[in-house]
Amino acid sequence: MTKENKIAFLFKTPLGHFDLDVALDIPARGVTALFGPSGCGKTTLLRCISGLNQASVGRLVVNGEIWQAEGYFRPAHRREIGYVFQEASLFPHLDVRKNLLYGSNSKKLITVHDFDYIVDMLGLGRILNRSPHNLSGGERQRVAIGRALFSEPKLLLMDEPLSALDKPTKEEIMPFIERLHENLQLPIIYVSHDMNEIEHIADYLVLMNEGKIVASGALADIQSDPNLPLVNYHDSAVSLEGSLVDYDAHFGIAKFEVHGGFLNVPSCEIAIGVKRRLKVYASNVSLSLENIKSSTIENLIPACIIDMKETNPFQVTVVLRLGRQGDGARILARITRRSWETLGLSINAAVYTQIKAVSLVRKEY
Amino acid sequence: MMTQDLSQDVLTPIWLTLALASSTTIILLIVGTPLAWWLARSKARWKEVVAAFVSIPLVLPPTVLGFYLLIALGPNGPGGALASLWGARTLAFSFPGLLIGSVFYSMPFVVQPIRNAFEAMGDRPLEVAATLRASPCRAFWSVAVPLASPGFLTGAILGFAHTIGEFGVVLMIGGNIPGQTKVLSIAVYDFVETSQWATAHLLAGGMVVLSFCVIFSMMLIEKRLRQARS
Repeated sequence: MTKENKIAFLFKTPLGHFDLDVALDIPARGVTALFGPSGCGKTTLLRCISGLNQASVGRLVVNGEIWQAEGYFRPAHRREIGYVFQEASLFPHLDVRKNLLYGSNSKKLITVHDFDYIVDMLGLGRILNRSPHNLSGGERQRVAIGRALFSEPKLLLMDEPLSALDKPTKEEIMPFIERLHENLQLPIIYVSHDMNEIEHIADYLVLMNEGKIVASGALADIQSDPNLPLVNYHDSAVSLEGSLVDYDAHFGIAKFEVHGGFLNVPSCEIAIGVKRRLKVYASNVSLSLENIKSSTIENLIPACIIDMKETNPFQVTVVLRLGRQGDGARILARITRRSWETLGLSINAAVYTQIKAVSLVRKEY
Repeated sequence: MMTQDLSQDVLTPIWLTLALASSTTIILLIVGTPLAWWLARSKARWKEVVAAFVSIPLVLPPTVLGFYLLIALGPNGPGGALASLWGARTLAFSFPGLLIGSVFYSMPFVVQPIRNAFEAMGDRPLEVAATLRASPCRAFWSVAVPLASPGFLTGAILGFAHTIGEFGVVLMIGGNIPGQTKVLSIAVYDFVETSQWATAHLLAGGMVVLSFCVIFSMMLIEKRLRQARS
């Protein structure tokens, strides 16, 4: 990372029972998720980045621009950020259109094209003249996202934007957030305690606990690092980036190329070349030593064991890399300790992974 | 002749009362808003001491407040020093003196509702405004003031109505000078003292109607504003 495309921060500030004490460089592109249990300091970190909180010790450099240093603090309203709060927090005395345009620079009036583009992307066309009182929870949060975007931020901060919403509303909003990610060249820092949301949108993951950063790195690397807690989760999984190479319309099976192999995924028809994020749960992967051809399992890919972790006394989580040379994408397999010992598996062993199910994380819109 | 006297006796106090109440309200909105903002937003511990001082007129007998104001406005107080600038001896027994007294007397009725409205709004709307590049000044005028408008309305009406009703303080620092300090409440007292019951009835009845209208319209407007905000 060069100075110009990263966000470098260092913050130390009291935080209830412990201190927030973090220092990290994160990429200034894509979605960086801050993940950790409630009260671990994620929101405080986000507020320090936004300038809403002033850490007692702080340094913040965004794309080479100093926002905070010793003896210098740029106040929130001079930072080019957008902030989406957990609650939409719309201005109740303004209608949707005025809420959206509150932060847009009146001097270089936002062009009609930009306005329509964002309004369309967030599906706000039909509610522009409504008052915030008459909106559903999901509509409100979409307006809040739009309002943040119209202030033309160089960095979008989202503080658990879905956690106050019920499940159907979450699923209604998720595609809009995914669209942000795909359509706008805007770095996003996304706070969440829901791994499922993170698997949808994050590219880069920062794990936090009790005010400290436990680990950070590309999403799949953190998901599959046996020394980090995510591999022990009951529903631990790894996200893979796949591009569609073939579609079998007769059986409705899409063939995706991922690093180190191909995955067959039941899917509606999608265009060749399309990139999608796939998710493989550790519990859906089993291992065999031979290439079993006669099986109902769609995916059988050679792989190499690179690590393993005892999840509990009777279960192990195996970290594998796809491909005969073991140089492809990492996935996890959850198997019993008895299988591990009976098959005589070991690190560096070559095996076949049987993947019972692959989910398409990003759906079509 | 008689009617002209009566209309003078009745209309002058009414006009004086309205002038006093509106000037007091305007001054209190100008002075009270920053004070209410500070009381609502400051983290200073001693702000409650200030708040208590502002609220003292709520419990203090008006004659006590009037007594101290009389001293302060008199020839030996700061008011006298101020009055000497334009050659007067004292601010007491004058309209400006009455205005200063009313401002102190009615201050809690204006400051408290505005402070409550600012507090009820919470930090969030201002934080949102800041993240949308609004300067603190723009955030105040475009977010805080509109959101606190029911509080401003309540404060203004209470301050206005309370100034109309003031008696003890006026008696202590204003006396009973027709056209200068003889406000409605004093005039009613005077008419009763001099057994002009018919005139007293007229004024007293008018006050009852006016007060009812003020309170009732305030309740209606406030209800509507709150519905629009919630």
